[in-house]
Amino acid sequence: MEKKVFERTKGLTEILMRYCPGCGHGVVHRLVGEVMEELGITNRTIGIAPVGCSVFADEYFNCDMIQPAHGRGPAVATGIKRVRPDCIVFSYQGDGDLASIGMAETIHAAARGERITIIFVNNAIYGMTGGQMAPTTLLGMKSTTTPFGRDPRVAGYPIKVCELLATLEAPAYLARVSVHKPANVLKAKKAIKKAFQVQMNDQGFSLVEILSQCPTDWFVTPLQGIDFVEKMMIPFFPLGEYKTIEGKKETVKPEPKKVLETV
Amino acid sequence: MYQGVIMSGFGGQGIISAGILLAYAGMTDGKYVTFFPAYGAEMRGGTANCSVVISSEEIASPVVAYPDTLVVMNEPSLARFEASVRKGGLLLINSSLVAGKPKRDDVKVQYIQANEIAEKMGTTKIANMVMIGAYSKLTGAISFEGLKKSLQKVFPRARQEIIDLDSEALKKGMEAV
Amino acid sequence: MDEKLLMKGNEALAEGAVRAGCRFFSGYPITPQNEVPEYLSWRLPEVGGTFIQAESEVAAINMLYGASACGARVMTSSSGPGISLKQEGISYISGANLPIFYANVMRGGPGLGNIAPSQGDYFQATRGGGHGDYRVIVYAPNSVSEMGNFPKRCYDLAEKYRIATMVLTDGLLGQMMEPIEFDFEPVDPAKLPEKDWALGNAEGRERRVIRSYDLRPGYLEKMTLKLAEKYKEIEEKEVKFEAVQVEDAEILLVAYGTSSRISKSALMLGRKEGIKIGLLRPITLWPFPSKIISDLSERIKKILTVEMSLGQLVEDVKLAVEGKAKVYLHGRPSGGIPTGEEVLEVIKKIMKS
Repeated sequence: MEKKVFERTKGLTEILMRYCPGCGHGVVHRLVGEVMEELGITNRTIGIAPVGCSVFADEYFNCDMIQPAHGRGPAVATGIKRVRPDCIVFSYQGDGDLASIGMAETIHAAARGERITIIFVNNAIYGMTGGQMAPTTLLGMKSTTTPFGRDPRVAGYPIKVCELLATLEAPAYLARVSVHKPANVLKAKKAIKKAFQVQMNDQGFSLVEILSQCPTDWFVTPLQGIDFVEKMMIPFFPLGEYKTIEGKKETVKPEPKKVLETV
Repeated sequence: MYQGVIMSGFGGQGIISAGILLAYAGMTDGKYVTFFPAYGAEMRGGTANCSVVISSEEIASPVVAYPDTLVVMNEPSLARFEASVRKGGLLLINSSLVAGKPKRDDVKVQYIQANEIAEKMGTTKIANMVMIGAYSKLTGAISFEGLKKSLQKVFPRARQEIIDLDSEALKKGMEAV
Repeated sequence: MDEKLLMKGNEALAEGAVRAGCRFFSGYPITPQNEVPEYLSWRLPEVGGTFIQAESEVAAINMLYGASACGARVMTSSSGPGISLKQEGISYISGANLPIFYANVMRGGPGLGNIAPSQGDYFQATRGGGHGDYRVIVYAPNSVSEMGNFPKRCYDLAEKYRIATMVLTDGLLGQMMEPIEFDFEPVDPAKLPEKDWALGNAEGRERRVIRSYDLRPGYLEKMTLKLAEKYKEIEEKEVKFEAVQVEDAEILLVAYGTSSRISKSALMLGRKEGIKIGLLRPITLWPFPSKIISDLSERIKKILTVEMSLGQLVEDVKLAVEGKAKVYLHGRPSGGIPTGEEVLEVIKKIMKS
């Protein structure tokens, strides 16, 4: 008798993904799909696809999906969650989307403590538009708009999103993981699951940053891509949990105060 | 009947609330009314002014470029608006604060010591009401009953004794002209 | 229905939206529309709605995109500079066929401009404003009463056609007070028909996707041609205008919003002097009342548009007239407000020419 050991998650549709060989998006999609299925929330989840390579995510996730403008995922998620607090809302975003054009939306959704989950895929490059510099491109790293390598005097420094958001009061869960090795993939899934659970428990804003490979725009082979994550990205973007909370976030309504009474 | 009114003075003199009261009273009297405040930078601390139209017919433009009545609560307002008053119109001047005299001789001019009258009643804050009372008496555009009924509507959070004081100030204004 | 209220235009707009079933507002402060968010910040919680002061106009319109995708009656408001920022979201919302309602309380431009009443955003409103081929239904109130009653019309049309609708008004109408009576019963949004496209709980149905893109060759063209069908139907059915004393008119004024009130003053003053002036006021700026203007231009050979801009409405009037009459412009841009007397002088000059 044959035993089924692996099954495509029902959190994803049957549509075949069109990502490049060695790309991390497919793995991250599967993890999110599995988590939705395991938590039994696929039917009441609304996902937000980004602009970028994963714009097609609205075809892949097996839940209601919406595709907004570049960078505006957290604002759209805010609108959805406030109108449908019974639904689980996640925004899937890349580094350009989240940390460059959408930085204001990201920080303010986090500061408001919106009950949403952000899946942030950081591959240090603009994928879909053809390998331009991202806000997370490492120093010295070549891209099609930093042909001599990222020079901080010209293009500044890469942004560490988890560390930045960890300075805020409201976020309930912030973690950085990677999907370059099987062990890391398992850890990534745990983090994604926790992020969704934080939202389900009404604990606050959650974000998982996932270091991911983009061999195509890094101009390397898939194997070299894995090496790059290990040797170059992780040292600059350390893995781990940057914020976790146990129990519900204190949301006692403060008494109205006049300006002078607050000093 | 048509009255275009401009009220002008310092921020804090109650120009805007007096204008709203005027409009509300007109509405209570069954007239058509519009009220338009000068808004923005100049409403913080500097001069404040507003336009009110009271009419027995539907009001086309709410813009009062040439007022039938100009209520002048401070010195700069006289200089600013005197020239715009319609020929044969009314200049109502708070002579407690306005020392200058208008140059126009084709308009009616009425002086009222609004601040003195108000101060005698306990507070200069109601000088605006004194002026409105005088306006009501001189033009007949709005009734005292209309004004009185509107006070509570325009100042919904005011205590009864304040409303009574306002009402008294309106009366004093009427008696002053 | 109600007792007469003396309300500020901006507050009438906000209250009108709530009575029309609005339960979600996100916006960003800008003069001269600040009374709208201030009013809704306490009024929406009263009816179980959501008010969010967003971090920017860009975020505000995108919050609307999400909330509207879930079927809520939503609103945002701003003034020119903020509406410019919102154009991105409005384009996406239009591409995704979502119903929203928003208001532009116009101020003087271009740039930071000033905060005085103006009508310089007519092109922005009627030509779409954002990128791509799309249209927005534009209502132009000219009284506080209409400020309060037009949101209901906008929501009904927005949901009927799944389209973005707006009220284009200005600082004068926003700041002025006038008596108002609401001409409709308050709408309970819970009793509105369920939207078969809205996102939410997918239990027992196919999953739904809302998007404004299609990268497959030829598909987007088909999608946009579908929009065109919708726009054609709106142009046929939803034009609104007011005609004042046009029957015997020898000169026709065309004006909307504040400048239509001023034009009516000019009309009344001129009629007293025996000048036969008529007034055509577009109430919807898109769809534009081209047919009536075209018909009137068969008979009335002098047409004057009065607007608080360098001349934007005048282009639509010329398109409607198709050279059948002479079209003149009296435009006061960037905070200039004409008076009835001033317009009458212009009319007299034209009548002599």
